[in-house]
Amino acid sequence: MPSINLLAKTIVNILLIILLANLELAYAKTNQIIDIAYLTQEQVAPLSLSNLDPFIKNKGVLGAELGIDDDNTTGKFVGQQFNLKKIIVPMDGNVIATFDKEISKKFQYVVINLSATQVNQVADLPEAKKMLLFDVGTIDDALRNEQCRGNVLHFLPSRAMRADALAQYLMKKRWVKWFLVVGTNQEDLLFSNAIKRSAKRFGLQIVAEKTWDHTYDARRTAQSDVAVFTQTEDDYDVLVVADESGQFGEYLDYRTWNPRPVIGTQGLVAAAWHKTHEQWGAIQIQNRFKEKAHRWMEEQDYAAYLALRAIGEATTRTRSSDLSTVKDYMLSDSFALQGYKGSPLSFRSWDGQLRQPVLLAAPRSLVAVAPIEGFLHPKTELDTLGYDLPESLCKGVKQ
Amino acid sequence: MKNNYLVFFLMWVLVASVQAETVFVTLEKDNALAVIDPIAGKLLKTVAVGQRPRGIAISPDNKFLYVATSDENVIKIIDVETLKEVGYLPSGEDPETFALNPAGDKLYASNEDDSLVTVIDIAKKKIVKQIKVGVEPEGIADSPDSKWLVSASETTNMVHWIDTKTNVITENILVDPRPRAVRFTANSQQLWVTSEMAGTLMILDVNAKQIIKTIKFQVSGVTADKIQPVGVVIDKDSNRGYVALGPANRVAVINAKTFEVEKVLLVGQRVWNLAFSPDQKRLYTTNGISNDISIIDLDSQVVTKSIGVGNYPWGVAVKP
Repeated sequence: MPSINLLAKTIVNILLIILLANLELAYAKTNQIIDIAYLTQEQVAPLSLSNLDPFIKNKGVLGAELGIDDDNTTGKFVGQQFNLKKIIVPMDGNVIATFDKEISKKFQYVVINLSATQVNQVADLPEAKKMLLFDVGTIDDALRNEQCRGNVLHFLPSRAMRADALAQYLMKKRWVKWFLVVGTNQEDLLFSNAIKRSAKRFGLQIVAEKTWDHTYDARRTAQSDVAVFTQTEDDYDVLVVADESGQFGEYLDYRTWNPRPVIGTQGLVAAAWHKTHEQWGAIQIQNRFKEKAHRWMEEQDYAAYLALRAIGEATTRTRSSDLSTVKDYMLSDSFALQGYKGSPLSFRSWDGQLRQPVLLAAPRSLVAVAPIEGFLHPKTELDTLGYDLPESLCKGVKQ
Repeated sequence: MKNNYLVFFLMWVLVASVQAETVFVTLEKDNALAVIDPIAGKLLKTVAVGQRPRGIAISPDNKFLYVATSDENVIKIIDVETLKEVGYLPSGEDPETFALNPAGDKLYASNEDDSLVTVIDIAKKKIVKQIKVGVEPEGIADSPDSKWLVSASETTNMVHWIDTKTNVITENILVDPRPRAVRFTANSQQLWVTSEMAGTLMILDVNAKQIIKTIKFQVSGVTADKIQPVGVVIDKDSNRGYVALGPANRVAVINAKTFEVEKVLLVGQRVWNLAFSPDQKRLYTTNGISNDISIIDLDSQVVTKSIGVGNYPWGVAVKP
């Protein structure tokens, strides 16, 4: 009898060991590593109007760092590890060459903070077709329309979304007559086109339009120039300025001929993120970011944070690092990203744009959050901003 | 004359017996506490309470109110009778919500910015322990049998199960995005968790630590992204649960046996937190944007009254 007991004990012990080994194995199997690259290029400091706002070199990358930290907090509970490799191409470096060398065949998830031209140069590389690119730098409508690519998701609201946000607010205020002032840069023209599209879309009137091609020296000219410049034949309710690089827009407020508010790229601005924003838990991420970065969170930081969180959310929910599984989930109706703006964020499957509320902010006060109440949509009011499915020229990013 | 006195006396008895309860509401933007007589439908008074008051609870003996004044980084102790501050508890930074244990001697606070849960000994007014949890913890609840403390982290999207004997996390369950509020059923068998971003209520089995049911709320005429569940309460017999749907301006009534949504009731704007009357015949809701509270009669399931209380009503506690 003792020998049978011993035998039984041995069998039980062996079974236990096998069981434990299996458990170990199962744990190791679920342990996934998700490698993410962040690619950007150093920027030249732009001509600045004043010394009030110092040039920020590292917009974006610090948001990505906060995002990966948050991903890993969740990840450690579910056996997923997220790694971020930051690649910063010098000003005179070659982005494409760097991409080939450092990213091709090594990464599937690549956050790109690049110019509009560079985004598609990268997206069209054969190796990039096997990747998902997360654009956190551009606001170009073309990239979301006729020039869209199936392997790119866009995190910043496009110019059209921003212009629609402003238009909705001005509709609500009944400030329906606009005086449009446009700078001479290519981006200023794009913003002005977005403004014109919104005016048409919401039935607002551009009563006058002028190009600002004056000198940019405040001490000498602004006072007299602006007063003369802003005399228009027909009266207007608001001055809408298109000056994305900030070369003259700040001169306009308080210097116009008639007392009229300034909106657009200066004055009341439409933004993905703003330092005045603190609702819906935003104060928490503002604090967390400031503690880490010792500066305010900029739009690109917010976009990069969201990009990292989108990867984290999709890989954690699907418990997968497989690109097509993750992409399908991101573009599905189940995907809901928390973005501290009161509505769940998700992607427009037709153009890869992250649908999101747009903040309307004065320099020191959050004025409104678009979509403005009353602008309705059958699916989600967020789609009252920018190019909706029937208008889109993109054939879709779902593949 | 004599008859009149008798009538007055009877009326007084009647009124006194019905008028048994007082509702306390924190006013986030007024830095104040609103004191309400819900039966008379009247705001009795508003008292200053400190910077940015949010979470509120009443001690089991109904003698003290605890109010988290987030911008002062403490939890105030308020005497229910005099409405005067009689002390405060150290809470760690930026306390928002907290939970009292059933015995009423411990308080657990969520510190959103630091990803911590702070355990506070009420009698000693001391922090006993700080427990590292996921990013931005918010909803917190102690099970009625005092076995489990659950903390929900909004950014990590998890509920963390903390053993109250050891104050150590023993399990983490992934839930829908941005979980806000957590509530145990009276028998400690289920945990109800709301997800603000997915618009869902998840019901977890406490023993198995698993989600047994996910309810996706739908309200006709309201787009899905406006349905953002926050506060949740369940009646003591687990017949019905109620969920505040935030900017959908409605409270969902859920059959706690079948998990079906029986009804949605229109209340004030951005309905946030909920509390039962002591007899569980009424439900009080704080409506953040319309600056009022709604009273729902639970027998008829009808919203009977709304009472203006002040700016940004946030938390609610009821004294019998």
